[in-house]
Amino acid sequence: MINEIISMNGFGAYVWSAFSFTLISFATLYCVTKLQLSKEQKRFASKFGSLNEEKARAAKSQNINREILSNTFKI
Amino acid sequence: MFKYFEPNKIFVITSRAPKYVLFLFVVVLTIGLTEALILSPEDYKQSDTVRIMYVHVPAAWISLGIFVSMALLSVGSFILKNKNFALISKSLAPSGFIFNIIALVTGSIWGKPTWGTWWAWDARITSMLILALFYGMYLLAWRIYENKGQVIKITSMIAILGVINIPIIKYSVDWWNTLHQPPSINVLSNSSIHMSMMIPLGIMTAAFALFSLLIFLMKYNTELIKVKNKGLDRL
Repeated sequence: MINEIISMNGFGAYVWSAFSFTLISFATLYCVTKLQLSKEQKRFASKFGSLNEEKARAAKSQNINREILSNTFKI
Repeated sequence: MFKYFEPNKIFVITSRAPKYVLFLFVVVLTIGLTEALILSPEDYKQSDTVRIMYVHVPAAWISLGIFVSMALLSVGSFILKNKNFALISKSLAPSGFIFNIIALVTGSIWGKPTWGTWWAWDARITSMLILALFYGMYLLAWRIYENKGQVIKITSMIAILGVINIPIIKYSVDWWNTLHQPPSINVLSNSSIHMSMMIPLGIMTAAFALFSLLIFLMKYNTELIKVKNKGLDRL
């Protein structure tokens, strides 16, 4: 059974390489996108940390900024 | 109506959704791969090479669908002067490009055992390659141009020009005598594909659509945070 799945009637090299290429492309794109997102979140957190109290309060008044910060600290 | 799609309002959803979409994607992909590689029957003519269809066809469909969406969003950003449309379009492009490349590479792998060649300058394959070039130009333009107004105009033009290629891709197998087979699935009439192959194809298409949604959400969140980073500089 396993041998049949691997050999695919002699076409295993074609079938498995097509599926492998697809899954490797998915994994690469996911990792690159995740890395870019984490980098931007960290940049936001570090910029937010350098704000004075008044500016930090003004920035925190926006829902989106609070949401970004809460997601950043979950990483 | 567009006020409900303002980034500030939808970020709460887009920032929390990826983990659920990722979970759903893994589940659907596992079922799809089991169906495609083990449970679905081999073809009487193409034998097991037909299984490549389960990655090749969904990838091609989704890359075309994403490009059409990008063109519509570009028209929207031109007419309504809504920058959020441009951000959505930019966030869709990476997954569309990857699906286009997957369709080309898996098509080439499928071509060798069935046609006896890795590549042919046939109408369907060449028009898909042109689509990949449009995707490439679109993504490059976002990297090259710094001026936001200018980059939105240029990328919108690329998407609108590129969409002319979509009907050419769709009807290339009918208009020209090509190596590529005519469509087996037709929405308006009976499909020539058996249910035992249609089910895994549907599941794999759903998995690929979920993956493009996942990448879109992550990319869109990245773009919104970039905008907010600039906002912090201006405080």
